[in-house]
Amino acid sequence: MSDRLNPFGIAQIGLVRRTGRWVADASRAVAMPRVWLPLLVVHLRRLGVDSIPIALFLAVFTGIVLALLASYIFTGAVPLYFVGALVAKTVMMELGPVLTGMALAGRVGANIAAELGTMKVTEQVDALETLAVDVHAYLVVPRVVAATLMFPVVTAMAITVGVVSGWITAVNLLDLSTPEFFKGVRQFYQLKDVWFGLVKSASFGCAIALMGALTGLRTQGGAEGVGRATTRAVVLGCEAILVLDAFWALVLL
Amino acid sequence: MISFRDVTKSFGPKRVLDGFSLDIPEGQTTVLLGYSGTGKSVALKHIVGLLEPDRGEVEVDGKVIERLSRDELVRLRATIGYVFQFAALLDSISVFENVALGLRQQGLTEAAVTEQVRSSLARVGLADAGERYPAELSGGMRKRVGIARAIALEPRYILYDEPTTGLDPVTSALIDRLMVRTKRDLGVTGVVVTHDLRSAFSVGDRIAMLYEGRVRAVGTVDEIRNTDDPVVRQFIEGRP
Repeated sequence: MSDRLNPFGIAQIGLVRRTGRWVADASRAVAMPRVWLPLLVVHLRRLGVDSIPIALFLAVFTGIVLALLASYIFTGAVPLYFVGALVAKTVMMELGPVLTGMALAGRVGANIAAELGTMKVTEQVDALETLAVDVHAYLVVPRVVAATLMFPVVTAMAITVGVVSGWITAVNLLDLSTPEFFKGVRQFYQLKDVWFGLVKSASFGCAIALMGALTGLRTQGGAEGVGRATTRAVVLGCEAILVLDAFWALVLL
Repeated sequence: MISFRDVTKSFGPKRVLDGFSLDIPEGQTTVLLGYSGTGKSVALKHIVGLLEPDRGEVEVDGKVIERLSRDELVRLRATIGYVFQFAALLDSISVFENVALGLRQQGLTEAAVTEQVRSSLARVGLADAGERYPAELSGGMRKRVGIARAIALEPRYILYDEPTTGLDPVTSALIDRLMVRTKRDLGVTGVVVTHDLRSAFSVGDRIAMLYEGRVRAVGTVDEIRNTDDPVVRQFIEGRP
């Protein structure tokens, strides 16, 4: 059949075959904990613990801006204690998970794509294949599992810091007392607000790590190829976050 | 035995292998010689299924590589050692862990893995390098670790991709000697891809010259040295 196809046609068939095989191989690799489990702790630290500073930095300023913005919107129309409700609700359900996800798409997605891309162009991935090591179990699964587990942890910390920074801002800059701020927080709080944000962030972690691994392992060429793969991983990761964000809103709200 | 049958492989519009056919007999070292970009390394990657031919077949021990299931391919790969051009050591783990990688997949005990890694590193003269990281090694040492990693699995075949490229003459001779000793001691079938004539003539039992994606000439070292083929003569004599 290949005799009758031009090189472009052959390339397209090859792309579809490779993508299908990649998904099948990655799914199969999950059933090989003997390979990926020993590597998990390293990636929990690298992808999760090491991401905490950037996530908290973002959360501090998100809380400040939200408190000031809420005060600006509510002044004269809505009781000021609603600032607490808006800060907590928004940070827990939307800005905490999404902004943390976006920041980590840059940090984690780029890290995975660059590392695996470099391994690909320096034939380290081929070396694993020739050593009969399952590349997906060794390289992809521990990263995806680590990101899926750690994103909610990092997001939970970011949510806490975001709410605290909003509270400190409200108390110090908005003439709002602590009891008033937390009255607003309590009045509209539901347990669902928290798990909704954490479920979303777990899905963001999974998607970002998958995009990073997929683009990294598809890297071609040298340093330029690694650069392209890294950029693509970040863009795809951010797009995945927005799509998943809408998906969870439709499904869970 | 390894056989290529009318293998064609293109990358985009560039056809790298074009009707490439060659039998690689057991127990010998066959050298694939040729200009840069004539498809020598591409041919090598077909043997372990890193690349698939657009047309034609590659057979190892009577099994057509492209028709093997994933598990069959993994089992076959465990019988083939591959030494990469730039060693391709995983730079995030130590030399010991690099050599142990393939062994751990075989389900060996940790004691057996340690024993085999030590013996493989000793065979290439790097018994004390186990705790070092690839970035701390010279080019020649990295190649030797690459060979140790390949022989640790006690393969039936070893594929060497440009084993002496980028090395000084003394280190190149050391690597050549290591390849000859590996074949003698372990009885493996070797396939060496190189454009280094000195290395080709010192390690090869048979030499196949690739030109424009197919075999231009094949024979013993003496037959290739004394051939009348103008393309082979030009390559051997280094005439522009």
